[in-house]
Amino acid sequence: MSRALASATELLRLDGVAQHYGKGVTAVTALAGIDLTVSRGELVAIMGASGSGKSTLLTIAGGLSKPTSGEVIIEGQWLSDLPPTRIAILRRRTLGFVFQDFNLIPALTALENVTLPLELDGWKSRKARAAGLEALASVELDDHANRYPDDLSGGQQQRVAIARAVVGTRRLILADEPTGALDSTTGELVLRMLRSRVDAGAGGILVTHDPRHAAWADRVVFLRDGRIIDQSAPAGVDTLFADAQRA
Amino acid sequence: MSIRQSLLAILDQGPCYGYQLRGEFDRRTGSTWPLNVGQIYNTLDRLERDGLVAKADTDSEGHVYYAITAAGHDEVTHWLDSPVVRTQATRDELAIKLAIAVTLPGVNISEVIQVQRAASLRTLQNLTRTKNATSEPESSEELAWMLVVDSMIFAAEAEVRWLDHSETRLARASARGFAEPLPLNTSSPKRGRPVKAEPAAQAAQASQTEQLAQAERAKHVGQAAQAKHVGQAAQAAPAGQVAPAGPLTTDAVR
Ligand SMILES: Nc1ncnc2c1ncn2[C@@H]1O[C@H](COP(=O)(O)OP(=O)(O)OP(=O)(O)O)[C@@H](O)[C@H]1O
Ligand SMILES: [Mg+2]
Repeated sequence: MSRALASATELLRLDGVAQHYGKGVTAVTALAGIDLTVSRGELVAIMGASGSGKSTLLTIAGGLSKPTSGEVIIEGQWLSDLPPTRIAILRRRTLGFVFQDFNLIPALTALENVTLPLELDGWKSRKARAAGLEALASVELDDHANRYPDDLSGGQQQRVAIARAVVGTRRLILADEPTGALDSTTGELVLRMLRSRVDAGAGGILVTHDPRHAAWADRVVFLRDGRIIDQSAPAGVDTLFADAQRA
Repeated sequence: MSIRQSLLAILDQGPCYGYQLRGEFDRRTGSTWPLNVGQIYNTLDRLERDGLVAKADTDSEGHVYYAITAAGHDEVTHWLDSPVVRTQATRDELAIKLAIAVTLPGVNISEVIQVQRAASLRTLQNLTRTKNATSEPESSEELAWMLVVDSMIFAAEAEVRWLDHSETRLARASARGFAEPLPLNTSSPKRGRPVKAEPAAQAAQASQTEQLAQAERAKHVGQAAQAKHVGQAAQAAPAGQVAPAGPLTTDAVR
């Protein structure tokens, strides 16, 4: 594997990433050699049946766990070269992660959950608060800023988790089923917001079972049994597109 | 498509001449299904014949106006009050393709499904882009157009979901050994229509949403029917003459 400098637009690269769990007859191959690149301004959707390896791929891409083999490169930095403290900083500053199960801290308000990564990063609390409110507003939840997670509905908690992932200067957004608990209209609001962050120069991976949401991505990657079986990108203007366009 | 009722509903707003009617239809449907003037005049002729519209004034430029009649007004009300029953689902073509493919030897059906899913997703991506290029609708024309695009988006979504579902169903059937190809039946078929009241034919008339559920039920009915007919009519067929085989049984008559 060459360590040639990543192209200027490349945000994330997975090189031959594999993940095995267990040994012998009970061994599970969650990922079997994944190569994937995400550039600035690019939103990639990942689809695949339950157990196909989507969450595994995302946690590895986010440096939350180490793959059995293969490399993860974020903005030209090889994670295998970085000490844990540097990875932690990268996670705080560069990465926004939306977990499948939200992962909010129950003792903190919605706003505090959102601003936590900023505070940990040494932001002044006024500035962090303003950024937090802005992120909450982007998911139409700024009026619930002072509520605790337990006092929010599932969909509202999910939106707080999304706000936390996009707050501040996050450039790589990794979202695991971010619309699972949302109704159709709110789901679309979230996708529009993610899309606009990406259009403004971030990059993102969106894991979803919902084809309508996957369709917001520039590319849809299909996983089966830990392998990429297909990728789809809109091939320019097709007939339906032309038909649907206003005259 | 309910062009007839749509034009009538527009005429219910006031008399129009043909070309004007075309413009009204286009702007209310986002120009998604453009009509030619010929279609408009054909429809108007038929509406006139059926007493739902009548010729009214001709203006100085020679435009012939059509006005709705009382019967026409009632027809519009009835149309708006009744559900649309889909007799021909657009997915049929795809459902037929998969149903046939699953019975053929040497076809990688997961591949067929994946190729289709990727294509359907591309359609969905393109529609989503079209929609994303527009902000919230700011006029009723834009709103109407948005409804049409949404409808296409949801239809494409349904197709992808159905493909996901089919893939899982197939995997389960394979695991249980029920996804074997169907060989041609080797004995000659009787002439004429061997089995009446095909459940699958009924399913084709069901509304789109009911269709899968009904096909599901039809499968069981069909299996029973087929078992009963094994000794008689369903004894088929040299190549090309297989009797309308009916239901999509995957574990058939050997
Ligand atoms: N810690 C673990 N130990 C053993 N096996 C694991 C572990 N984590 C995940 N797996 C297995 O790895 C495979 C991939 O899991 P993963 O969570 O990535 O799937 P997924 O695609 O996200 O599924 P879902 O759509 O249900 O969220 C599964 O077979 C799972 O059982
Ligand atoms: Mg998962």
